[in-house]
This record gives sequence, structure tokens and C-alpha cells, in this order.
Amino acid sequence: MAKITVDGIVYEVNPQNNLLQECLSHGLDLPYFCWHPCMGSVGACRQCAVKQYRNADDKIGTVVMSCMTPASDGAIISIADAQAVKMRSSVIESLMISHPHDCPVCEEGGECHLQDMTQMSGHNYRRYDFKKVTHRNQNLGPFINHEMNRCIACYRCVRYYDDYAGGKDLAALGAHHHVYFGRQEEGTLESEFSGNLVEVCPTGVFTDKTFSEHYTRKWDLQTAPSICTGCGAGCNTTPGERYGTLRRIVNRYHHDLNGYFLCDRGRFGYGFNSSDNRITEASLVSSHADEKGVRKPLTQQEAQRQFDALTAGDVVGIGSPRASLESNLALRARVGVKNFYAGFSAEQQRCMQAVIAINREQGLHCPDIRTLEQADCVLVVNEDITNTSPRFALALRQAVRNRAAQLATDARIPLWQDAAVRELAQNELSPLFILSPQGTRLDDVATETFLSTIAQQVALLSAIANTIDASVGTAATDEDSAEQARRIAAALISATKPTIVSGTSAGSEALIHATANVARALRKYSVQSAAINLCFAMPEVNTMGLALLMEEGGGTLDEALQRLARGNADAAIVLENDLSLRTTPAAIDAAIAGTDSGSAVWVVIDQLHNSFNARAQLLLPVTSFAEQNSTFVNYEGRAQSSHQVFPADAALRPGYEWLTPHDPLSPLLTTSETILFHSAQTLAAFAGAEKLLPPRTGMQALMKSPRQLHRYSGRTAMHAHSNVHESKQPTDRQSPMAFSMEGLSLQKDSSLLSAAWAPGWNSNQAISKFQDEINGELKQGCKGVHLLQRTLPPQSAMAVNSAKAGKKGTFVVYFIDHIFGSDELSAKSPAITARSVGPYLCIGKSEATALGLHQHGLARVSNGDHVVELPVLIRQRIAAGAVGIYCGAEINRHLFAGSVSVAPVNEDDNVLARSRQMFSDLIINDSLINNSESGRG
Amino acid sequence: MNIIASSTSRPTARALTAEEKHEIDHEMTLYPDKRAVGLEALKIVQKHQGWVSDESLMGVAEYLGMSAHELDGVATFFNLIFRRPVGRNVILFCDSVSCWIMGCDRIKEHISNRLGIDYGQTTADGEYTLLPVPCLGDCDRAPVMLMDGEQHRNLTAEKIDQLFAQRALNKEASESK
Repeated sequence: MAKITVDGIVYEVNPQNNLLQECLSHGLDLPYFCWHPCMGSVGACRQCAVKQYRNADDKIGTVVMSCMTPASDGAIISIADAQAVKMRSSVIESLMISHPHDCPVCEEGGECHLQDMTQMSGHNYRRYDFKKVTHRNQNLGPFINHEMNRCIACYRCVRYYDDYAGGKDLAALGAHHHVYFGRQEEGTLESEFSGNLVEVCPTGVFTDKTFSEHYTRKWDLQTAPSICTGCGAGCNTTPGERYGTLRRIVNRYHHDLNGYFLCDRGRFGYGFNSSDNRITEASLVSSHADEKGVRKPLTQQEAQRQFDALTAGDVVGIGSPRASLESNLALRARVGVKNFYAGFSAEQQRCMQAVIAINREQGLHCPDIRTLEQADCVLVVNEDITNTSPRFALALRQAVRNRAAQLATDARIPLWQDAAVRELAQNELSPLFILSPQGTRLDDVATETFLSTIAQQVALLSAIANTIDASVGTAATDEDSAEQARRIAAALISATKPTIVSGTSAGSEALIHATANVARALRKYSVQSAAINLCFAMPEVNTMGLALLMEEGGGTLDEALQRLARGNADAAIVLENDLSLRTTPAAIDAAIAGTDSGSAVWVVIDQLHNSFNARAQLLLPVTSFAEQNSTFVNYEGRAQSSHQVFPADAALRPGYEWLTPHDPLSPLLTTSETILFHSAQTLAAFAGAEKLLPPRTGMQALMKSPRQLHRYSGRTAMHAHSNVHESKQPTDRQSPMAFSMEGLSLQKDSSLLSAAWAPGWNSNQAISKFQDEINGELKQGCKGVHLLQRTLPPQSAMAVNSAKAGKKGTFVVYFIDHIFGSDELSAKSPAITARSVGPYLCIGKSEATALGLHQHGLARVSNGDHVVELPVLIRQRIAAGAVGIYCGAEINRHLFAGSVSVAPVNEDDNVLARSRQMFSDLIINDSLINNSESGRG
Repeated sequence: MNIIASSTSRPTARALTAEEKHEIDHEMTLYPDKRAVGLEALKIVQKHQGWVSDESLMGVAEYLGMSAHELDGVATFFNLIFRRPVGRNVILFCDSVSCWIMGCDRIKEHISNRLGIDYGQTTADGEYTLLPVPCLGDCDRAPVMLMDGEQHRNLTAEKIDQLFAQRALNKEASESK
């Protein structure tokens, strides 16, 4: 620790940091633009000028940029010095020269860092009365608005988009007064993380286009701390609501997980909430003779009565990896453990059991996202994380820069000197190896990508494990793979924080075990016997939560459907689950036929209409993540609370409320909290989960926290069109928050922080006021509760069955995921739909030529029983003998798992034109270049 | 990076000529990093094509393994990399302080009247483009302009007339041959 003096007051600081960061860490107000807590300093904007004195006798001092000056021991600076104040006000005046006076119509207004900093710097009168520089804007696609006139040229956008997120299609164009931040040509921003520009840009150049559709000022949004439901990473979000509809999602800082950034699926995938597809009322298919088969709407009371009556007997309950833990628990409690079945396939359940066992094993560690960023050698196994768990991919783009950090440390360059560190490192990256059936979007920073089928990957992983520890795995059979295994093994062994990332997308237990074996073998070399980082991405928000619940008993989906097919149940309750995504149509048809013959009924509780729940007799509408309190368990086994943002329509109820029999005489109000508390007491898998519940002591026991900011407007008028009397605010009996402006507002306490706000700091950058230091933990923040404890002793490597080879003349199928479209709910959001593509087939060049397939033409794909015609994408980067299928919402992937034969179909020009149009929207990386080869003459 | 996102209306990369490639290849031997050749490659293309079209830009970007967006950042940073077509002769006319003191405004007016173009414009026959330039380093002989790589000093209206008349004669002579 070092000591610095700021305006006569002594502060303890970390000398590794710069003055700006330390001043902000200590809560001092010092304006800045180009500096970002995650991106370091470049000294571009000159806004953070302070006066520095050489010693106590120096009364004159020099003006320095605080972001470019280390907080070295004994430094004496002044923020309030008249010359520094003058400098800052001159700088902001220059920056504002061409800035339009459009705050009232600008979407950044009210949460604008530029507004905040302008006020803080004391610039309030415009002296420059010449013409302002104006620009033409570009259409950057369905996510982001572009308004270049507002730009103050801080360069944060390109530093984030290109340098941090690895984007290639946003550049600083032009020079001096006409510098322009945009694309070489108009078009959709290609990066999967483009949405963060909205928060990174200090003003309104990049704003959220989906939010524009139904814009509301930040202070008029009702918000609550929430969890992203896009995948199983568990990123923290702040959804905002106005007039009963969800308006937008912004990032909510979580120290261990998402930090300051979200992926575009998480940010723009909320539109399904108010989609036309939403189930808005309960309905029952009539069984009366005169109107048989007619679906009739029900009131909520009728629906509950019908539900209780129809499901009185022996009932099969099918849970869901996308429903909250509470809803799954309530279903399990209602039907009993012997009637409770997982909402995922047997194959996925086996994979999940394997992953949970690995996550309980000592000697291994499941890295959070921040830890992923610190890895100095990464092996990605099969999982296309940019598309299945995108926030991991952004983290790995930081991990590969640890080589640069190492070089900078050796050269004694502080890491916050962003430009210097990049200049020093040039193209040097930490090793990143990818095993994948096709080229991935991370290949541009990968050392090598090994194109391989699952069977080949299992063999290569065995060989890597064998190379690391000869007693494990099996050596490679051919010299090529032996050499590959040696390269990967050598890099993993020499790393201090080797990290392995995989997932369950392939549905292969063998692959999971083979991956874990590499980590187990690595323990021998681990530095100071630290645990080896190994994590598995989860496809859905609560996959881990449901898998943990299944540890406490229950059957697989296949068992449930077989039982229903035998007619061995009075009813089936399906909780928030489109079963057609989980199994074959035949299995569902058989189950429905079985129940029909026994006149058993299907009750489906869900958010959106789909082809499966259209077949249910009783359909119950359920609240979305933003309309209910939920607990979700992420890939690490970290349970986190997601709070209700706004009261749902009266017809909608959370799953757990439909499922828990309502007893008006019971003194207990069944809420998400009581369900969670009860299960934490009774189920070993959820022990400790009660720590998530808010404290019921002191002030918090008496007062709720407001969901609405203190400037929330229109409350007395917003219902005036239907009733002139001011309506009572809805009461919230379930959570520690109120649908109101009143209550114990969160000035320093982050336990229920949703929209960060601090005096003078209206933008999301107010978050620094809630961190114990810049980039530190949130004060009193809740980071969730880890449900998985490392209780199993270290395991030796497990024997792995090699996958079976396909028949001659067939191709091994792998399934493709897309960030926009593969997630069931977000895919129904208009902005995401605009970026989605239909199903298609990927095939290698030589295979396509041999079969006579054309690029963008049609192919007939058959597994013997089922046939489908798909547009063809011929790729350079694809494992030999494999074909990829992207299923979209149209194709049942369970029909084509395994191997398929492919034949050309005669296509006409219309078909070609249609598929060419479709593929033109698809952003993939099919480059033959990996990092190690790029940028070399 | 080969990103598949091409719609039919967008420009596509032009294949560089053998000559251009040869010269760019030579530059590559002088730098450790392909991307460092960006500016030289753009100058080479401009030498051969007169200017850098979107198609050429993409061609160079592809050849250097970098994104066209990044390369356009380089191209647009420099005023003398032309991203729009220019005339066969580019007149770089100094309007900086010494030339201004020596009355360059009148000379510029004279050129504009004679050629019928203002700054940033090209004559209809595609012969001349007039561009302002801040200082050609010849202040003691101001006003100065650069045309065809040749510096013209101590400019007067008469000198300009002579110059263009001479060029017209030369052109006629070369056409009649």
C-alpha cells in the first residue's frame, strides 16, 4: 500500500493503479471519458487533468492527466486546484464544440456520461458559434442506432469493440475534426457483443434500437435485479419496465461473472415478453359432446379449479431447465418425487450427472467468468461457446491477452497503460486451443483449431491426457495426432493457470469424461497444487438447478413419456417445457395416444404458444422471468435470485403459484421465498440456499427497497385514461422490494441494486460508487450461493468408451448452435428473429463436390426413416466426414442424431436466391487463418 | 478474416494485378507484420489505379489478411489516399500562411475560373482535380503548387496561363503523333 495526498487529504492506494482509478475508488468525483475500468488508459480525452506537485514545498505544480500518472507513494495532487479546474472546463468546452443540442430527443439523455461530466467540469455556456461538423449515420442492424453527430471522439467504442471484444468491423475513419466511428460500409455490426457499445459510449452515438421502439427515460423505468435467461452463465441484468411492458435490459455489475458486459442475446433477447406468441389466458379444450375439441378461455379461478380437479389422481410431472428452481420444486412437491421427471432427455441427464460429479471433485475448480479471463492457457473442447455461452467467449478473448500482460510486467509497464501494452505485445497471445467440428468465431485468437468429430476429440483428449501423465488415457495411434497432443499438453503443463472449457451441447458422456481426464492428469503439474480449472457451459438458465434437483430422485423424460404411453397416469403436468425440443415426435405422439386412450389430460404451464402446448387440454399462462421472483442456478452451481420487475397481467401467475394448492385457511403465504427456504432445509442438494433470502433484520425488516427511482414520473397520471382517481400502487408481499418510489433507497448498499445511480452520476458508470474499489466487489452485494461443494476426493481418470463409427456412405452429424436463434425464448424476440436464420446443412468442400452439391443449393438429408431438405452451406473449415445441421425452430434434432446420408436435390433459381439471402445474414468465421499464422509477412 | 456476409448489392474485392501484388510483396519483406504494409499497399494501388475504390480497398485488405474496416481507417486517415476518383492530374495548391500572404487566393480564383472547378472538384474531361494542401515547404517562393510531381513556384496568373497552355499544346502534340 502506498499513500497519496489529494487536496490535503491522505489516501491509501495501490501503487499499481493510476491516479484516476484510485481517486474514483475513494469516491472522489473526477471527470473522464476515454478511461474505462476494464480497458485501462490511453490519455486521449484530456478530461481527467489534475495538478501534481513534486513535494510539499512545490506550490506551483504541473497539470497531469490522472489516468496516465501512476498512484506512486507520496504523490501529492489536487483536483480542486484552479488551474486544473480551468483546464478541465476548457477541455469539455472543446469536446462539446460540435455536439448537438439534442438532449431532449436523445435517448442517452438522463443517463448520459457526457451530461454528467459536462456538469461536473463546469461547462454551461457555448461560446463557439460557428458551424458544427455533421455526419451521415449508418444502419448498423437491428440492435444499435448510430448518431455520429453526438460523438466527442473519445475512441472508447473502437477500443471496446475492436481491442476488447475482437470485432473487425468498426473503425475510426477519417482524422482530426471529421473523425468518424463506423463501418467501412453500412451494415449489421458483426460482433456478438456489439450491444455493450450502448453502455461503453459515453454519449448517444450508439443507443439500443430495440429500446427506441418503446423508449422511456431511465428515471421512468421500474427496475429490479435480475438474471439473464439466455443461457446458463448466470449474467446479472437490470430489465426495465414501463406501462406493463419490458422496455430494455442493461448490464448489472457482478464481480465474478459478467462484470460490465453482456452478450447481444442477453441484452436484446427480451422481446418475447410482449410478443404476440405470449399465452395471455388459461384455456381448456372442452370435453362436452356438443363442443368437443373446442378450446375455451377460463378465468384464473376457474382455471385453478379445473387444474386441481383434473390433476387430483396419479399425476406425472415433467420439470424444466428453463423454469425457476421454485417452480420445479413446487411441481415436485405437488406430484411427489416418484412422479417427478426431468424435463430433459436421458442423454442430457447422464451428461449432467457426470458434470455434477466433476464439479464435486476435489483438485478441480469450476472457474467463474473473471477466473476464465485470468487463464494463461485454454483448451476449449467441442463447445461453440460464442454461440452457446457467449459471455465465456468474451472472457477468453481477455485470457489470450495474458501473454501481453506478462510481457508488460517483464518490461515494467503498468497494465493500465493500454496502448503501450498492446504496442509491446503486437500479435503475441496466450495459447488457446480449440477442438471443434467446424471453424469457430474464436479461431482468430486461437493458437490452433483442431477440426474433429466427437470420436476424434475423445481420442485426442485421451492422447493429451496420456502425454501429460503416461498412466492415464491412451497414446495416439498416428504420428499427427501424437504431435498435436504433445503441443497441447506442453502448453497446458507450462501454464500457471491452465483452464479447460467444454459443455454438454454434444450430449456425449464420453467427451465429458475424456475432458475431465485431461484436467485430472494436469493436477500432477499444478503450481502449488492449485486446483485445475475446468468448467462446462450450460445451455439453459436453470439446467444446473434442475440437474441438482434430479440428484434428489426422479426419472428421466423418456421414462415419463413411456409411462404415459402405457396409460399409467391420470394426468401429466408439463412445466414451461416444449417437449418437441427434447425428444422425437414419435415419443410425444405415443405418450399423447396413451393418455388419450385412458382419457388422461395434459396440462401445460408455459409462456409462449408452440406446437407442443397447442395439444394440451389445459393450458395455463405463466409469468416470465421479469414478472416473478425466481432462483436460477448457473453452470458453476451458483444459485442467484432474480427479482420480479413488474406485476404481470392478472391472468398470469408464476409456475409455483399455479402448482401450490392454495389453502385460504393456511397462515402461510406460499411464495418463492418460503419454497426456497423449505427446500434448503429438506433437500441436501440445496443446503445453504436460504442464504439467498434477504435479511429480515434492522431497517430492512421494516422498509422495502423501491423499484422506482426517486425521479419516477407520471405515477398519478398513468392510469388517468381509465380512472381519474389515483390508483393504489400494487403491493408486493413476496419480496423485499416495492413497486414504488418509497422505501429504503440504496445509496451505498448493493444487496438489491438494480439501476445504479449516485449524485452527479446518472449513467450506468455510477456503479463505481457501489464498488468497494474500481473493479472490486459490490458493497454488501450478493454474489449468489454456491450449491456445489467439493466433497468427493480426487478421482483417477475414468475409462472412456470410444464413440461408434458411422455406417459407410454416411456422415457423422454435429448440431450447430447460433447465438441468435438457438435459445428457445429469446429467438421469439423481434430483434433476435431479425438476426436469425432458418435450418441449414454444413458440409466440407470435397464432400460437397463428390456429392454434386452447390453452395446455397438444396440437399436431401436422410437417416433412413426421416428425410429433410436443407439449404447447403459449403465450408472450408469442417471436420472430414462430418456434416453440421442447424435445426432452428423447424427441425427436430433428435430425428437426425447420429449419422445421415446426404444427396443433392435439383434446385431452381428461386431456392438459390432465397438461401443466398439467408446466408448473407449469417456471420460465421470460415477463415483458414489462426492467430499463429495471421499477421505474418 | 473471411466473414460470410455478402449480399449481392455490396461491392466485392477486386483481384489485385500481378504488378500490384509484386510491389506489395516486396514491401512485405521490409516489415515483420503484414498489416504494417497497409499504407504502402494503398499507395501502390493508387499509383496504378489513380485512386482507391471500395473494391480495391477490399482487395488489398484480403491480400493483407486484415479487415476492410481497419484498412479504411488507415486510408481515410491520410488526405492524399484518394477514396474517390480524381483527375489524371492532381493539383495540390498550397493555401497555407506564406502563400496566403503572397496572394494565393487570387491565383486559386484564376485556376478555378480557367478550369471551372473549385477545391475538391474534377474537370468534366477528367484531366484536373484541384485540392488545397497545407504547405509544400517552399515558402520563400510562394505562392506554390504541386502538379504531376512537379513544384511550380512564384505563381502568377500569367504563369498559370502559360502552364496550362503549354500542357494543352503538349497534349495535342502527343495525340496527333
